[in-house]
Amino acid sequence: MLHTVNKSPWQTPNLDACLAHLGNERLLLIEDGVYAAVARSDAAGKLEAPARDGRVYALGPDLEARGIDTAQLAEGIEVVDYSGFVQLVAEHGPHQAWL
Amino acid sequence: MSEAMDLEQEGDIKRFMFVNRKAPHGSIYALEALEVVLIAAAFDQDVSLAFLDDGVFQLRQDQNAKAIDMKNFAPTFRALEDYDVEKLYVERESLAERGLTEDELIVPVEVVDRARMGALMAEQDVVLSF
Amino acid sequence: MQFGILVNEGPYQHQASDSAYQFAVAALEQGHEVPRVFFYMDGVHNANRLQEPQQDDRNIVRRWSELAERHQVDLVVCVAAALRRGLKDEILAPGFRISGLGQLVEVGIQADRLVTFGD
Repeated sequence: MLHTVNKSPWQTPNLDACLAHLGNERLLLIEDGVYAAVARSDAAGKLEAPARDGRVYALGPDLEARGIDTAQLAEGIEVVDYSGFVQLVAEHGPHQAWL
Repeated sequence: MSEAMDLEQEGDIKRFMFVNRKAPHGSIYALEALEVVLIAAAFDQDVSLAFLDDGVFQLRQDQNAKAIDMKNFAPTFRALEDYDVEKLYVERESLAERGLTEDELIVPVEVVDRARMGALMAEQDVVLSF
Repeated sequence: MQFGILVNEGPYQHQASDSAYQFAVAALEQGHEVPRVFFYMDGVHNANRLQEPQQDDRNIVRRWSELAERHQVDLVVCVAAALRRGLKDEILAPGFRISGLGQLVEVGIQADRLVTFGD
């Protein structure tokens, strides 16, 4: 399963809800969800374990739109573009959006 | 794409899970999600419903949406078994967090813990969230 | 691979229709098929040809119509959700058609993946 979270973790509990059900699957942060990926935020720690496994991704165009440099991301988070998003769904689908 | 999609394999059955995480009435998500469930059942798919987080409130007894002049659709959950939709999973932790118990729900359900809910989700072919 | 796409939110109010569109474009560029995009809930507003966004902003409705024309993507608006929101044939943008929820279930069955975008 490829999970996506599209809201900031301070706006809604969707990231927590997703992580509580993620198991060994993959998470892609999109839209406002990418704010959770910033290393110095208090949300980054939640992503540490799956990120260490290489299972957390952030959508590059959404990071760029929001002024987040990839150097500011928590360790292990992989940046992908929309093509990467498509590939993730293709390889690791089905897709579950945490809305 | 033409109007009618070719169903290449007649009788294709996929596991469709509807994930319900929002309370009823405050937004239309619960009602319109339920409308899709009925259609999926009519297509003879393997349908299950997951209720977690605020979604558990959708199953609360004694709702009277008429008090706010809205559609009282909770009783429709009781009609699901007529459509062979019998897999209703409710998350234990979500109930507990909200002070709700299984016997306060409008329909028989299977209460599962968070880990089991995650495992159920992982088994699906199509996951619909609203 | 065939990707079905579900859009649950209207244009501009949330990023959902943008994300859905960019995903569709990327999938098509990779040689995948996007047989259908289904618009549900407020997503039906993506089909309203009366929209007039600002000149220097993207035109979300027209973008979908152009995608439909270039790549034969079937853009389907749910009839019940549309009626509820006043979206009718007479204001439908090119490339869109109004039909039932069965079209969503059908693409869920037929496509390899169904990708959902919402609030």
